[in-house]
Amino acid sequence: MSKVAIIGGGIIGVATAYELAKLGEDVVLFEKNYFGSGSTFRCATGIRAQFTDEANIRLMKHSVERWEKLEGELGFDINFKQTGYLFLATSEEEVEGFKANIALQNKFGVPTRLIDMDEAREIVPILNTEPFLAGAWNPKDGKANPFKTLFAYLFRAKELGVDAREHTEVVGFEREGDTITAVRFRSNGKVESVKVDAVLNAANAWAPLINEMAGLKRDLVPITAYKHQLVKTEPLEPGQAEPLVCPPGWDDAYIIQDGEDGGIICGAGIEHRARSLDDYEPTYDFLRGVLRYATMIAPPLRHAHIVRQWAGFYAKTPDSNPAIGKLLDNFYIAAGFSGHGFMMAPAVAQAVAELISKGHSKVPLDWEWYDPHRFERGELRTSAFQIG
Amino acid sequence: MSDGKVIVCRCNDVTVEEIEALIDKGVTDIEEIKRLLRIGMGPCQGRTCIPIVLGILARKTGRRQEEIPLPRARVPIRPVRVEVIVGGTNE
Repeated sequence: MSKVAIIGGGIIGVATAYELAKLGEDVVLFEKNYFGSGSTFRCATGIRAQFTDEANIRLMKHSVERWEKLEGELGFDINFKQTGYLFLATSEEEVEGFKANIALQNKFGVPTRLIDMDEAREIVPILNTEPFLAGAWNPKDGKANPFKTLFAYLFRAKELGVDAREHTEVVGFEREGDTITAVRFRSNGKVESVKVDAVLNAANAWAPLINEMAGLKRDLVPITAYKHQLVKTEPLEPGQAEPLVCPPGWDDAYIIQDGEDGGIICGAGIEHRARSLDDYEPTYDFLRGVLRYATMIAPPLRHAHIVRQWAGFYAKTPDSNPAIGKLLDNFYIAAGFSGHGFMMAPAVAQAVAELISKGHSKVPLDWEWYDPHRFERGELRTSAFQIG
Repeated sequence: MSDGKVIVCRCNDVTVEEIEALIDKGVTDIEEIKRLLRIGMGPCQGRTCIPIVLGILARKTGRRQEEIPLPRARVPIRPVRVEVIVGGTNE
């Protein structure tokens, strides 16, 4: 049994803690704020395999298969629903692009298909079909409750012996050569230290700071926090817009009905570089911009009330693909998810836990694609398809 | 009406018992309690329930109520109709 420290109590850190404990490892998990406080609890709840490259499609295909069984495995309600993702084309060129993406997704077993606007209207009763030519529809995509999912993993992890500490900040490491030997952390104002056999940096937007503490260059894995925002309406009757509905051509604006209370979550790719790692201030330009798009997608929304606007970070790498792998002999990273951490977590956590515990994994994760050293080599992947 | 249970959050029908059970499971950060039980996430935005939750949390964890930070407030303070933001007519 090895002692593994995980830094970051978001969905990636918590799910990996659970997977490592399941493999018999002794895990200590550090979160400097409250669990989920970084990006997980601010996300838009969506889960999709509709990506546009082989690595992300295959990873998400596997992740969705794990999502399908997660509630039973963890023994808690996580409100996972396969209500689909519907992308909408606004031009003939875009329709051709959709066809190419669908062919690639189908090749790897993702059942996306091109649909006409009559069918789209049946799936999304409040949809304004007039501006759109066709839709890319995958009924296996979906959504889950990020709060319940994180705590489902956390409660099970604790039952398996994980020592999960929130409001506990990692402040440094002890390192011999390329091996981290101990983690120093501050709890209730006092600095303590714990000997470790391995460390996982799962701090996402904060990951460069942790890399720097480990004696690496801060930009070895260049992750930049971009502020993304969401707006939510009052609860509406379920069934109005259950899938995530997104015309990528309109600043990839989208709507998705919250599986919990029926409120409609509205997002758009109106992003701002975060001024600091506590820059969660909502902005009026976003509120106005996102609601213009939302009412163009679904005109009846103009009569609904907005109850909430909030911000969170897309922890973006230069190619919007996460950095997953080994940085030093026993120092690993899974960060820079660029808005896709929640949906990828079941697959990535399993893969990273197996890597740390056994040195290899049976998860279809393309380690070369997500190699955290690709940036220093000046290699970039094609950008992961990102919305909102 | 619930069978003799005390409702704390009237927007989402959350009871004292549910809050206490969660605290007993080790969930003691008000930001986490808010999200798991959806307290303060309804149209009232927590004006009714948050002070009561703080009181329960203080009692159960042996802290003074003033020591417990309030959850971060979300805009808008009161619900706003979408057409007030985007304008009244279709463009």
